[in-house]
Amino acid sequence: MNENGFVQFSILTIMILLVGFYGGTYLLTLLIRKKEEDTSGFMVAGHNVGFGMGAASMTATWIWAASFYAAATSGYTYGVSGPIHYGLWGALMILFIYPFGRRFRKLAPNGHTLGELIHARHGSSSQLILAGSNILGSIISLMVNFTAAGALVSVLSPLSFQTGVMVAGVGVLSYTLTSGFRASVFTDFAQLVALMAITVVIIPAVLFAVGGPSVMVDGLKNLTVQQADFFSVDAIMNQGAPFFVAVLAYAIGNQTISQRLFAVREKHIKRTFVTATLGYGAIVIGLGMIGLMALTVGVEPVNGNMNNLIPQMVSAYLPPVFVGLFFVLVIGALSSTADSDLSALSTIVMADVYGKNIAKNNPDPRKMLLIGRITMIVATVAGLIFASFSLDILVMLVFVGALWGAIVFPVIISCYWDRVTNAAFTWSVVVAMALFCIARFELLEMTGATVLFFEILASVGGAVVFGLMAFGFFGRVVGLTVGAISGVILLVYATGFLRDYMVLTASLTAYGASTIVCTVMTLRNKERFDFDLIAQRVGSYDKPADEDEPTMIPEGARS
Amino acid sequence: MSELVYGTYILVWPALTLGVLAVICSAVIKDAVQARKSDGDVV
Repeated sequence: MNENGFVQFSILTIMILLVGFYGGTYLLTLLIRKKEEDTSGFMVAGHNVGFGMGAASMTATWIWAASFYAAATSGYTYGVSGPIHYGLWGALMILFIYPFGRRFRKLAPNGHTLGELIHARHGSSSQLILAGSNILGSIISLMVNFTAAGALVSVLSPLSFQTGVMVAGVGVLSYTLTSGFRASVFTDFAQLVALMAITVVIIPAVLFAVGGPSVMVDGLKNLTVQQADFFSVDAIMNQGAPFFVAVLAYAIGNQTISQRLFAVREKHIKRTFVTATLGYGAIVIGLGMIGLMALTVGVEPVNGNMNNLIPQMVSAYLPPVFVGLFFVLVIGALSSTADSDLSALSTIVMADVYGKNIAKNNPDPRKMLLIGRITMIVATVAGLIFASFSLDILVMLVFVGALWGAIVFPVIISCYWDRVTNAAFTWSVVVAMALFCIARFELLEMTGATVLFFEILASVGGAVVFGLMAFGFFGRVVGLTVGAISGVILLVYATGFLRDYMVLTASLTAYGASTIVCTVMTLRNKERFDFDLIAQRVGSYDKPADEDEPTMIPEGARS
Repeated sequence: MSELVYGTYILVWPALTLGVLAVICSAVIKDAVQARKSDGDVV
């Protein structure tokens, strides 16, 4: 134990754990290595991932290092309902995207990215907005995961933060570089099995080590009224609602999800994503309960840093072997997300940047694979540099989150409404981002008619979120009805109230503004788009077995 | 009573995790057997 009460591993032990983890993962990828990889396998595993592998990969990818720390922080801060308000909404991000995913797949059965679909529907400007937001999101995610590795290594061993960052970066790159997405999916399965097995053991172990449920019940008197209330308004407004708003935005804005939507066998999309929802929810909410246990037994986070809660609880109450298991749990979680980010980034650059904008419709598959691998190396180096300098990414995160919120309606509606235009898509996002910035950074004085204007936009945004969720599962009539009813309720009750939560208001403004602009501009357009063109425009980049058979069908051609 | 409720509230998550783990593992084993039979890849 060190002076802060953390178990300290020797350099030898920590190196055995790291080399064992990354070495073992690398050896696993040798099992699936091919002499010659094709672009379809490298980007989406040939659209042929089974249910088990798909569900494991989706779950492992969506759980990153921050999932545990943030869920525990939520449990510690908001009490009984805290872990639910973190884990449930994160899980629903996976659930609510699959109905739309089936539509994406129907429109572009040979697609690799959502950007390709949008390119085929609208052209370059809309596609590049989406691809740009995907790239920013994945680089941020890479950096956060490498940072978490560095922090964990430096807390639990004499090794430095930078050493941990480097080992994680090089380790993840080494096993992802050759086989790309196939390696990511295959190793996700192994990493998830380890992650789940450790979760199953570690939660009851901590519970009974602190004295069992009776000690927790005794400790409930330490909680505030809000913390002890399962329906805490504090927890809902500060933790649940912002996450609820982000449900569709994170799913649409994240190439790691759409890549899996294009990779899983079409008939397995639903059960893959439902299983991943349950898996993610169970693991993250369960580990968040350790934060609740810490609160009830009166543990104070070391140095006031909430990220110390879980390692602190494990170190304080369990033998060192459990700390080793916890170490593997976090390294597994962050590596599975980081390898997915590398695959996502390489696929975006291969398909969206090179395939659609540089090579147009005459891409060279070999060059494409080389570009994918170079992208992985560059992205890893960028992630390592950003992580090593511990850059403040809050502003970047705010912008990316808003951008994802702004593109939700235009992306989804472009796949259903044949009158949406490239200009409607692009301008709706630009206007939404401008209005978001005004609300988020309060560039105008938020009083009187100004704040009322933004509350109205935010109410429309809230209605869009509810309406789209209902639309995905139940179709247009239910979606419009739910949207209209929730819009009226929000306009009545949220105006005069939302101004106290300007961060939430700004997020909803992005949804509302993009929806209004996109809808108005679309209604002015009389031309209709033939959705069959998308399947023709989004094809495979590989050379067919029969050389005479074309792979990339020229734009606009009819079969 | 509340001990039972709180105990269940905490332990239901690892139990659900175990259930999902079993579902995923059995599906992967099934896929692997099928891939071997058809001389294909599991991923």
